[in-house]
Amino acid sequence: MTPVTDSATAPAAIESQKLSFCWPGEQSPIRYPDVFLEPGKHLFLQGPSGSGKSTLLSLLCGLATPTGGQLRIMGVNLAALSGAGRDRFRADQLGVIFQQFNLVPYLDVTSNVTLPCRLSDRRRTRVRTSPAEEAHALLQDLGIGPEYWHRPVTSLSVGQQQRVAAARALIGAPSVILADEPTSALDTDNRDRFLALLLTQARLRGTSVVLVSHDRALASRFDQTIQLQATP
Amino acid sequence: MNPVRLALSLAIASLWHRRGVMGLITLTLTLSITLLLGIQYARTEVKESFSNTIAGTDLVVGARSGQLNLLLYSVFHMGNATNNIRWQTYQDLREDSRIDWIVPLSLGDSYQGYRVVGTNENYGKHFRYGDGQRLALTSGRWFKGVFEVTLGAEVAKQLKHKTGDEVVLAHGTGRVSFMNHDAHPFQVTGILAATGTPVDRAVYVSLQGLEAIHIGWESGVAIPGRTISKDKALARDLTPEAITAALVGVERKVLTFQVQRSINQSDLEPLTAILPGVALSELWGVMGQFENTLLGITAFVIVTSLIGLIAVLLAMQAQRRQEVAILRAVGAQPRLIALLYILECGLLATAASVLAVLLGAGLVSAAGPWLLDNYGLHISLRMLDKTEWLMLASLPLAGLVVGLIPAWQGWRSGHRQSIPSGF
Repeated sequence: MTPVTDSATAPAAIESQKLSFCWPGEQSPIRYPDVFLEPGKHLFLQGPSGSGKSTLLSLLCGLATPTGGQLRIMGVNLAALSGAGRDRFRADQLGVIFQQFNLVPYLDVTSNVTLPCRLSDRRRTRVRTSPAEEAHALLQDLGIGPEYWHRPVTSLSVGQQQRVAAARALIGAPSVILADEPTSALDTDNRDRFLALLLTQARLRGTSVVLVSHDRALASRFDQTIQLQATP
Repeated sequence: MNPVRLALSLAIASLWHRRGVMGLITLTLTLSITLLLGIQYARTEVKESFSNTIAGTDLVVGARSGQLNLLLYSVFHMGNATNNIRWQTYQDLREDSRIDWIVPLSLGDSYQGYRVVGTNENYGKHFRYGDGQRLALTSGRWFKGVFEVTLGAEVAKQLKHKTGDEVVLAHGTGRVSFMNHDAHPFQVTGILAATGTPVDRAVYVSLQGLEAIHIGWESGVAIPGRTISKDKALARDLTPEAITAALVGVERKVLTFQVQRSINQSDLEPLTAILPGVALSELWGVMGQFENTLLGITAFVIVTSLIGLIAVLLAMQAQRRQEVAILRAVGAQPRLIALLYILECGLLATAASVLAVLLGAGLVSAAGPWLLDNYGLHISLRMLDKTEWLMLASLPLAGLVVGLIPAWQGWRSGHRQSIPSGF
């Protein structure tokens, strides 16, 4: 478990100023509103299609480098790190959930969940027991029973796959989980259940969740909401 | 976690996941490696077996002809002599002080398709094969009498003969002959041990025996009334008028070339003396062209299967973009992805090489006896030699190199900051 940090001294989970990004070949950059997210708080990024939501997530996880402005995740300026350094930072500090197809097809459910522990020493040392036991506990909490643990991931339903992806993002208590429309492929009931589980588990671990969606109905569950404008 | 171990475990899981396609690729690779290795192996073995055919003989002497022709009919029992050597010439050679021993050979008849070699006791005494091994008998003794015969190992095995059996020789060298020397059957006195050389496929009788059965055949066919019975034949002088060839051992080896030259320039009659080793390597040179071509073709087969592997890997790479995006998002570095591709190819090629060795060993042990029986080729299971190990080791390396292509592409796209398709 992450020790509860004093928010006055601990660095912000995410802190950005005048962040902008310009795709190669594009004229006008996408400009983002400033973000300040305290550790452990959940942020909802709402915006229509084309407002650069996914691009923002790429910037946040260091897969893209901002063309302008400042960005710090847990006090670290990603732009100052090397490519390998950003990869290591991502492995140590971030969990990622995509819209769908989140899982490595040739690994079983447990191996998919423990993958971050194999890539990051920090994540592995932060699980209480062994990575596999932690994975099983998480899966159980997220409603994936033991009968699924050693199945190939392709035999799972979309809703189950998303919950396995959530377990993978949560394992080893990363600082921030970045989720890109993780519920878009789910029906309303499944969507609500998924969100409730994800946010509860994240809160237990002191992990911030940054969730991107066009769906305003989700906003009430988050500590903070930022509205993105469609770029002209 | 150690990135190599992680990549290795991912590579194994990934290969197993794609086992259908990967199995087929492995099969293609395995077959082409077996082909390459098999050809290399077989040619080493055949060359070995080939140069083992005759040893210890310094010169082979026959009527004037090309050295390959003389070698083929005298040692390999293939084809026919252009002419004979007169008996007097043979006697003169025998009395030459520089010549230690001489083995006369008289060819031309056959038994059930196997060549009959007329010779004398010197054959058993002086003929050597392999590393200088002598001929051994598995049963009985060498022929002594006029109507006695010693059989090569294969002849006895194929025709199920044992000592004491009676055999009838045929006139001429065809497998099916209408002219048999049935008035004069021969008795089997001994059977030779297998040598893996043409000796196994020959039948040995005395020069006198051949002379005896040809009385009355001077014109090439039996003339009624001129042939005689066994007993009458034995009473006659059976000194032959000619022999076909002779194997010669020189008293002092340094004189070999001198003896060869004087035989070649002999004024008794036109003769040719050859050094069997030189003739063998000339013969091998002719066949060498052919097997080099074969080896070249096989190399192309391997290149083709490796290109097939590249094609499949590149096609698969498109399918694997999502998987790579996930691994990257979880924090895998581009070099881990590259390592994954390289290891997959390396593992595939290694598996194919191991399978190829097993398959090859299976084939050699299965086909070895059959080849010896049918073609007299002695191919046995042995450890791979240096060239073969190098060939074999180069294939996993080639696999790694092939893996570099998708690896490099993946690594480049990893650096191009492409946004994973999930984002």
